[in-house]
Amino acid sequence: MSLPLASSFLQDESFLDVLYIIAFALFIQGLRGLSGPTTAVRGNRIAAVGMAIAVIATLLNPSEGNWGLIVIGVVIGTAVGIPAARNVKMTAMPQMVALFNGVGGGAVFLIAWAEFRRHGSTYGAHTVHVSTGPFSSLTITGGAAPTYIAIFSVFAAIVGSVSFWGSNIAFGKLQEILPGRPITFGRAQQWVNLLLLVLALAAGIDLVAGAHSELVFVGMLICAALLGNAVVLPIGGADMPVVISMLNAFTGLSAAATGIALNNTALIVAGMIVGASGTILTNLMAVAMNRSIPSIIAGGFGGGGVTEGASGAGEHAGTVRSTTASDAAIQLAYANRVVIVPGYGMAVAQAQHAVRELTKELEKRQVEVSYAIHPVAGRMPGHMNVLLAEADVPYDQLKEMEEANPEFQRTDVSLVIGANDVTNPAAKNTPSSPIYGMPILEVSDSHSVIVIKRSMNPGFAGIENELYYDPKTEMLFGDAKSAVSEITAELANI
Amino acid sequence: MIIASVLTTNLAILVLAGFIGFVVISKVPNTLHTPLMSGTNAIHGIVVLGGLLVIGLSGNDAFNKIILVIAIAFGTINVVGGFLVTDRMLEMFKSKPKSGGDDEGKSS
Repeated sequence: MSLPLASSFLQDESFLDVLYIIAFALFIQGLRGLSGPTTAVRGNRIAAVGMAIAVIATLLNPSEGNWGLIVIGVVIGTAVGIPAARNVKMTAMPQMVALFNGVGGGAVFLIAWAEFRRHGSTYGAHTVHVSTGPFSSLTITGGAAPTYIAIFSVFAAIVGSVSFWGSNIAFGKLQEILPGRPITFGRAQQWVNLLLLVLALAAGIDLVAGAHSELVFVGMLICAALLGNAVVLPIGGADMPVVISMLNAFTGLSAAATGIALNNTALIVAGMIVGASGTILTNLMAVAMNRSIPSIIAGGFGGGGVTEGASGAGEHAGTVRSTTASDAAIQLAYANRVVIVPGYGMAVAQAQHAVRELTKELEKRQVEVSYAIHPVAGRMPGHMNVLLAEADVPYDQLKEMEEANPEFQRTDVSLVIGANDVTNPAAKNTPSSPIYGMPILEVSDSHSVIVIKRSMNPGFAGIENELYYDPKTEMLFGDAKSAVSEITAELANI
Repeated sequence: MIIASVLTTNLAILVLAGFIGFVVISKVPNTLHTPLMSGTNAIHGIVVLGGLLVIGLSGNDAFNKIILVIAIAFGTINVVGGFLVTDRMLEMFKSKPKSGGDDEGKSS
């Protein structure tokens, strides 16, 4: 193959392809690094280097142009992205991830839209536009039409739009701009969703079949946007981890589809890896919550079965014992082994630093303290770990559920801070309970339990927690942060 | 012929990438799932390449240029913000000298 004299090897297609291969190899290596706490920082940076290489390779492309516009876009993106990432609080991480995911989905559907407008009458069936390499495309007359470009591009547009709007709603709910409780259209919900999906698909098929109408394309984007809103609005705030993870997978898949439409291997590989990982994560989370993904999508928690279970558990005859901060402090001070079970309530109250102070105080008294972390404690898997790590809790004090459960039997005091459903023994003992079968932290095995909680209101599963009626459980009502600080203050007096 | 081979090659890459993603990621412990979600989130910011590629091609009118600049800005936010935020989270998992002094022997 002879190259024009002007082009250096830097712009050779094969060289640029090699850069892409290096880039996605670095992505895979980076993700491997993320599998352990000691290699994770490096893993993330390796992936970032891969991204830089992929961007440089794209900019070296001989057909690249419009430099002014590229600079404008990159500068705006950097100016928004860096401060947002720098200043976000660790407790606000889930909504930040939702927002970053949303803009990714937004980029996908905008690119698909621009591609549609650029192709004009060559879009869809009967098109003669052929991509021959990552950077060049040529137009041949006659021959088979690569309809697939339109198919993947339309797929990217629909999924990207759903992801963009869905993520923004998720952000709004987590940031409490929108009400966290489910907003539904009632029984019509699933029909509305189905109708929107069918309309978006119909418009997409029409476009692939060769309808060169921008009206149809915009209509498709609007249907997908409404679908994104309609799917996420009915989902309660506590179910958001699953949704964000699912939308993350969606954006990945739509990026991979964009890669096929643009014939770009880096996009295909990176997008697909994210699609696969997001799917696994979504599944893991749904399993840990004893829920199926379809039932989450079909409408907020609290469908038929749950209400039934709630009324059954409501008949609980047991009594609840409440305690005071000073009693709790004495109990903790004379324990040998204390396990702290943090939950959503700790995150909401931003009590992680207070909890760390309490732990330090207990450790001074030779009390052995560890933390038991349920896989879905907080708002995202691992969310508790990030919060506790922020408060300087050593990584090896954090025990995962499998590791923590056998230890409860030799634990003197379990201190449950703002966790509810993940400690409910009904998941093991009551087959009629809606959460029956969900893996839980077996807190009730320990010698005594102190629960810090604002009120007796049920958790997001909407059911009573049998643990609170257990004779060895004492409730300390109050805001997690102030309750923990009070205990710490009382400890100093002992 | 050429068309078929471009598509099928890309589909093969797609399928293999899916399996690699599955294998690599199913090994990540629960505790690192939030940073992982954030990290993969940053990686799909690679769509910024799509914006960079398309804006360089011919046939973009003024409206296209506007939406592509927005797409590039969005993609950049996704990439830059995503990697930075993941880095911040992961930095917190590193053992700190003041608190982790007596645990060092175990981890290293």
